[in-house]
Amino acid sequence: MATIELQKVEKKFGANHAVKPMDLTIADGEFVCLLGPSGCGKTTTLRMISGLEAVTAGKILLNGKNVTWSHPSERDIAFVFQFYALYPHLNVYDNIAFPLRAEGEKKEAVESRVNEVVDILRIEHLLKTKPGKLSGGDKQRVALARALVRRPAAFLMDEPLGALDAELREAMRAEIKQLHVAQNATTVYVTHDQVEAMALGDRIVVMSDAVVQQIGTPAEVYYDPANLFVANFIGSPGMNLIAGKLHDGRVQVAGGVDTIPVPVGYRNTLPAALNGAGDVTIGFRPESAILADDGDIAGEIYAVDMHGSYKLLHINIGNGATSGIVHVRADRMVTFPIGSAVRFSIDPKMMRFFDPQSKQAIQQEVTQ
Amino acid sequence: MTVSTQAQIQAAGQAQPQRKRRELSDRAIVNLFIWPTLILLIAWNFFPLIYSLFLSFTDYSAIANKPPQWVGFKNYADILTDTQMWKYFATTGRYALVTVGMQTILGFSLAVLVREKFRGSGLVTTLILIPMMLSPVVVGLFWKLMYNPSFGYFNFLLGFGNPVNAPDMLAGRFANVPVPNLALWAVALVDIWMWTPFVMLLVLSGLKAIPDYLYEAAAIDRASSWFQFWRITVPSVMPLLMIAILFRTIEAFKSFDLVMGMTGGGPGDQTELIAVNLYRQAFLGQWRTGRASALAYLILIIIIAISNLYIRYINKANED
Repeated sequence: MATIELQKVEKKFGANHAVKPMDLTIADGEFVCLLGPSGCGKTTTLRMISGLEAVTAGKILLNGKNVTWSHPSERDIAFVFQFYALYPHLNVYDNIAFPLRAEGEKKEAVESRVNEVVDILRIEHLLKTKPGKLSGGDKQRVALARALVRRPAAFLMDEPLGALDAELREAMRAEIKQLHVAQNATTVYVTHDQVEAMALGDRIVVMSDAVVQQIGTPAEVYYDPANLFVANFIGSPGMNLIAGKLHDGRVQVAGGVDTIPVPVGYRNTLPAALNGAGDVTIGFRPESAILADDGDIAGEIYAVDMHGSYKLLHINIGNGATSGIVHVRADRMVTFPIGSAVRFSIDPKMMRFFDPQSKQAIQQEVTQ
Repeated sequence: MTVSTQAQIQAAGQAQPQRKRRELSDRAIVNLFIWPTLILLIAWNFFPLIYSLFLSFTDYSAIANKPPQWVGFKNYADILTDTQMWKYFATTGRYALVTVGMQTILGFSLAVLVREKFRGSGLVTTLILIPMMLSPVVVGLFWKLMYNPSFGYFNFLLGFGNPVNAPDMLAGRFANVPVPNLALWAVALVDIWMWTPFVMLLVLSGLKAIPDYLYEAAAIDRASSWFQFWRITVPSVMPLLMIAILFRTIEAFKSFDLVMGMTGGGPGDQTELIAVNLYRQAFLGQWRTGRASALAYLILIIIIAISNLYIRYINKANED
């Protein structure tokens, strides 16, 4: 088991930064997801931890030991590749046994270890099969078995479920989670799928444009995004972001006459952060809006999506000047004719504010 | 309604002048393309094949004014009981083993070396490939010059200044003392020089097809370079390497032009490969067409047998 520490680690390809200097400390047994859109530097970060990619600057510590310039084989890590990277000419047994044989383990030891992981992943029936004949899910199970067999200090996984179809992905996600709980091994997991990151991670590192945007628990990045990027990226759909103006303790939604009282936690910090200018971005999740005839904000139904257990309303609140459409979650049993007028309020506890200039979240004061 | 529309369309179609141009049916066009090729194949391949099979069972000389005399399996029996012929087969076998073996080892090594990109690696690869693009007779002639004991480069590079104490490769002598098989190895060396690039080329394409991530996975799996080479590189390249070996083995058994250009089978019968002997029996002064045909069929059978072994191996490797 291991702790992983990244100190000012960065990667440049030519003049371009693939990863700007980042700090990250991963505790023993923790499951950390690197999440971001493609090209954000998450895979490069993972490959630097593994040693497959050299760092441009910074330090990587594994269990407190500096491994920045160690070969991947000296790091005691296992890597699960997106496209499995199974050895095509070897059958499943030999693929799983490969790391043990590479270390010169005795035949009996190899056999007992392989049988052990094969048992965990329930792939006994595949041992004689070559990877070319396996389904995507089975290939991934074999890749996981190969990673498990050596009992490495840490697991690094690069979008291991990215090549699977949606249904299988969900099943495999549960398997990986179960595996993590059972093995309690430090795991770094790269994904572009925020649902996957939320489901698996103890903590999520949100990255964009080679920069770490936020590091936090799934709840933190969901409810308290550090900036507009995270607010928009996490959640499906992302946080509603509408332009507003602060005056006299109320926020006015731009372009309209509707005003919202500033929630308690922001009464002092909001004016201080905005420094008198008054322009602010209001953020709220679709489920934080409460439809009510006397709601603070008025709008008109633009579209309605049926999601099974709830309806997602697309409400046009703007008259061109504001951000326009917001998403609001509503009871699946109520009918909303398109074009009809609605009003809603935002749960004050769930309202967030961002500085439109710096794009950063404005902090709440800690009450209690 | 539909009938009349169809009739109208047909009428309109016939009225168009370009409709007239296609007088040949599809079938006729197919025949037009296929038959000339088939006729050529029959005349140049199939007929000689069958005719020589017939001749191999006869006593016949192409220059004698006598029709072929049916002798049954006599030609085959004569060849198979002729110790001299067994010697030529043995010489050919040795030649094939040495040339193909060395070409495999050297070709593989060269491929591993030029796989890595370095400055001018494209140029180096092209230069290495030149020998196999030359005509074997040309290669034979200029190696004859290189091997010349008086003015050849070969002895010069080996540091022999005086032709009297130097090897005369193609004459099979060292300082005028006969060395057994020296001439055979001299010819084999040229064959190796000429065809190693072919093996290299096939192995190189195999090496380039191995994805990087397999080596990355192996590095993560803590495999040493040696372990990676034997467990990943070699098995991945094996199917292509086997094809290279198959081609080279067949060619080695048919080796003729290079040897003919350099030694003509000599000195004595040191370099008398089976194909050279076949040519000698069929044409050079002997004109034993019937017996030569029988020998040609024996060589064919041997080549098919060897090829079958390889092909079986390749198919087995590809099966999984």
